[in-house]
Amino acid sequence: MNAGHAGETSPFRAAVARTDRHPKPERPRMLHRRQTLSLLMTSAVALIAALTAGSTSALAQAAPASSAPVRVGEINSYTGLPAFTIPYRQGWQLAVEEINAKGGVLGGRKLEVVSRDDAGKPDDAVRVAQELLSSEKVDLLAGTYFSHIGLAVADFAARNKVPFVAAEPLTDAITWSKGNRYSFRLRPSTYMQAAMLVEEAAKLPAKRWATVAPNYEYGQSAVTWFKQLLKEKRPDVEFVAEQWPAQGKLEAGPTVQALAAANPEAIFNVTFGADLAKLVREGEGRGLFKNRRVVSLLTGEPEYLEPMKDEAPEGWIVTGYPWEQIDTPEHKAFRDAYSARFKESPRQGSVVGYATLKAIAAALDKAGSTEPDKLVAAFRGLSLSSPFGPITFRASDHQATMGAYVGVTTVKDGRGTMKDWRYADGAAYLPGDEAVRALRPAE
Amino acid sequence: MSFLLVQALSGLATAATLFLVSSGLTIVFGVTRIVNFAHGSLCMIGAYLGWSLIERFGGSVGGFWGSVALASLGAGALGAAMEVGLLRRLYRSPELFQLLGTFGVVLVAQDAVAWVWGPEDLMGRRAPGLKGSVDILGQPFPLYDLVLIGLGPLVLGLLWLLFTRTRWGVLVRAATQDRDMASALGVDPARLFTGVLFLGSALAGLGGALQVPREAVNLHMDMAMIVEAFVVVVVGGMGSLTGAFLAALLIGQLQAFGILVFPQITLVLVFLFMAVVLVLRPHGLMGRAEDAPPAAAAAAPVLRLGNRGGWIALALLALLATAPLLVGDYAVIVLTEMVILALFAASLHVLIGLGGLVSFGHAAYFGLGAYGAALLVRHLGAPMPLALAAAPLVAGLGALIAGWFCVRRSGLYFAMLTLAFAQITWSVAFQWSGFTGGDNGLLGIWPSAWASGKAVYYWLTLALCAGALALLRRAAFAPFGYALRAGRDSALRAESVGIDVRRHQWCAFALAGSAAGLAGGLYAFAKGSVFPTLMAVSVSVDALVMILLGGVQTVSGPLAGAALFHLLESQVMRATDLWRLLLGLTIVALVLLFPRGIVGVLSNRRERS
Repeated sequence: MNAGHAGETSPFRAAVARTDRHPKPERPRMLHRRQTLSLLMTSAVALIAALTAGSTSALAQAAPASSAPVRVGEINSYTGLPAFTIPYRQGWQLAVEEINAKGGVLGGRKLEVVSRDDAGKPDDAVRVAQELLSSEKVDLLAGTYFSHIGLAVADFAARNKVPFVAAEPLTDAITWSKGNRYSFRLRPSTYMQAAMLVEEAAKLPAKRWATVAPNYEYGQSAVTWFKQLLKEKRPDVEFVAEQWPAQGKLEAGPTVQALAAANPEAIFNVTFGADLAKLVREGEGRGLFKNRRVVSLLTGEPEYLEPMKDEAPEGWIVTGYPWEQIDTPEHKAFRDAYSARFKESPRQGSVVGYATLKAIAAALDKAGSTEPDKLVAAFRGLSLSSPFGPITFRASDHQATMGAYVGVTTVKDGRGTMKDWRYADGAAYLPGDEAVRALRPAE
Repeated sequence: MSFLLVQALSGLATAATLFLVSSGLTIVFGVTRIVNFAHGSLCMIGAYLGWSLIERFGGSVGGFWGSVALASLGAGALGAAMEVGLLRRLYRSPELFQLLGTFGVVLVAQDAVAWVWGPEDLMGRRAPGLKGSVDILGQPFPLYDLVLIGLGPLVLGLLWLLFTRTRWGVLVRAATQDRDMASALGVDPARLFTGVLFLGSALAGLGGALQVPREAVNLHMDMAMIVEAFVVVVVGGMGSLTGAFLAALLIGQLQAFGILVFPQITLVLVFLFMAVVLVLRPHGLMGRAEDAPPAAAAAAPVLRLGNRGGWIALALLALLATAPLLVGDYAVIVLTEMVILALFAASLHVLIGLGGLVSFGHAAYFGLGAYGAALLVRHLGAPMPLALAAAPLVAGLGALIAGWFCVRRSGLYFAMLTLAFAQITWSVAFQWSGFTGGDNGLLGIWPSAWASGKAVYYWLTLALCAGALALLRRAAFAPFGYALRAGRDSALRAESVGIDVRRHQWCAFALAGSAAGLAGGLYAFAKGSVFPTLMAVSVSVDALVMILLGGVQTVSGPLAGAALFHLLESQVMRATDLWRLLLGLTIVALVLLFPRGIVGVLSNRRERS
């Protein structure tokens, strides 16, 4: 290989050398041009050399043999959203270690994860997916956090006929309107989480509702579903105000004031992260939450609740993950192993990462092969045990029935947590098989 | 009534923060003519420093305000260090290089802050004594916000005293008006600039630290802040303190009341406002015409076509064409992207290198091309060749419209107007979800069957891009290109010999836009999907970085820059999570080592020897 490169480069080296030796003073500009072009050229040669070297070494690594590890290509926004993706990464690392300690998959093959950052950009994610597929020779893809990145990778997976397990994206499109044969999703979708909250919201006496949601697909579909589902259960409610702050740019004071001005009896919140913290602070300062019930998506997840420390809102009805209170054997085992391994408590992302890799291992063993179509068949209807209890990937829409915990926020020992919670099994909040078949494009 | 009053007060509190941060930016620009991209990072660092100090000492009133002051001084010291270590070495290079250098600092700061303080949002203490709220006409209003409202005018007053009543201030104003004359009269500009950077950065840090009681400190503050501060500074008029104050007030109110009237389009409201102000007032509200904005390299060499050069270009093309036979699939993909980005960078170079027009919003046309192609496929079922043909047309049309407004402004005002149009286009793509798919984008935009092989698509891309590059190159050396350069070097003289500078610039804008559109269309089919992120500010910045890396003065520079940048980004990103740190350090190092771009420096050395 190297010899070949020397052969490639040398003529151009010679060309550069010639221009150096015979400068033509009467035409200096041209020289300068030639210089730049030859620079371009040498860099192109060097580049091709680098790329060839890279791809061949990958080829060498991926020599298929029955004992060779099964490779999972994993993509997530590690630099874009480290607060969420790093617990997630630790989760799948733990799962991989456990799986390999128990002898791997497919009767003794090791499970190997090749992880990549997508920088929070869908086009980078697609490039990285291509790299994982053609250079790293991975057998399937997994990961992603943002909905649009999840959709881009899902589309890529369908085109390249490689299974993809979307771990964290919430958008309904990934399993419904843009669903495809090769893509599966683990986490409960926007629709499911909204439906869980509607069940509680419908029990409240409130009739006048206001909504505040980030102005993009996630916020929009959460509000749409919430309104629609709540109206079905409670035809007497009305929605009196809506605020659509730009994600990450919530103008807290004016937004809170505008919500208060509509004088709602209850508020449905979809904002999260830094926006949520601003909303809570400003809302408390201006008495927005006094005598009003708040129903809030995802706010009970430790990723969002814990940074607010003792200022976490009290009495909000939320979906989340009260990690310290769940004492089922499968969750205790996970929590103990996670805390022992990483010296910190698990987050929602940790569970998602852990369950994603466990699901992949289960599917591999069920399929008995790494062949894409066999894997797809294995994922359809695959049941496994997760830290949240048993889950199933539905054959009809490829959505896992993993649920969420619905409860009320409270502050205990100076930090936010949940009380009066129950586990809402995802299976109970999904439309029936026939209904989702109508939502999905034909295969 | 009371509601409107409280809403207005909320707007004032927003305005106070905006003013603190943007006053620093405008002072730095006014004196040093540096567009300091790292200003937002300094604000973020101020907030993080403030958080740490307030957690430790913020229990008492004195401790809290002492912590805020200390955080502000810390940010100031960092700013001064940046001046000494980086910017001072760049005063002689083209002004855009300082922008590139500060952009490198932004990347380094992002990773450094994440490394020091961790990735999680940090919720700080509230200001002691100011936790509650007061009732204003029956509406509760946070006390802390009232204090902020008072701080804005207070800082403005102090700055006014500083600039009019102290010797240092007088010197700074002298340097603002005429840098060369001030230094001829014995004022050491280096020391003055260090002081100004300290002051500007300390104001940024103050603005950041004061946010601690209001919101969770997070890693996205830098970008959020710098964009808003730019808008304020430009609307107010570059270098004008009172202008920045006025603009901050207006924008604060606009945001407070905008969400009542148009809750759905808050994203674009500020940029619409900026566009309207710039269309009506060429230099912002209080700016002066003589505030010379950054332009591309002053003495650009005359570029000439040589026969040998043509041969080398052909040889390079042939070499690139054989690449798919030598390398694997992934390498072909990276090469495809590189070729597309080379065209994108070259199209921006038409504006910057030939026209001397620095665009901050070139991604809009890249994105318009991509969306044009994708929408044709999605809504009309157009085949790939037709969609690809439409891409440059759609983008060119967009550029024709935006260009008509933009070329009526110059320098940084031109840049910000292009940014405003780009942001408006972006938010249309982002929010008109019925038509454009919103942030979930348009999927399934794959090439026709005959071009679906990676090598075939690469050859198609190479052919189209090489053709487009040849056309751009031809335009550069046609009378059109010479007229454009004449307008860049001296608009007045060019006008006097009968060149319609503005019309040439307008044509160049449309040409650059359609070339970028072709690149965008090719990119859409290479990726199989389009998203609003293709039009985001970061893409425009990437294009600028590519050009500056390669060097502004040569036509081949942007191509080398694009190749280098993309290779750096994709390969470093694969290798490490700290890719922003590495990329940033590389950019800073390149700027320091090659202050005229890689190709520029090489040719310089050539000339000297």
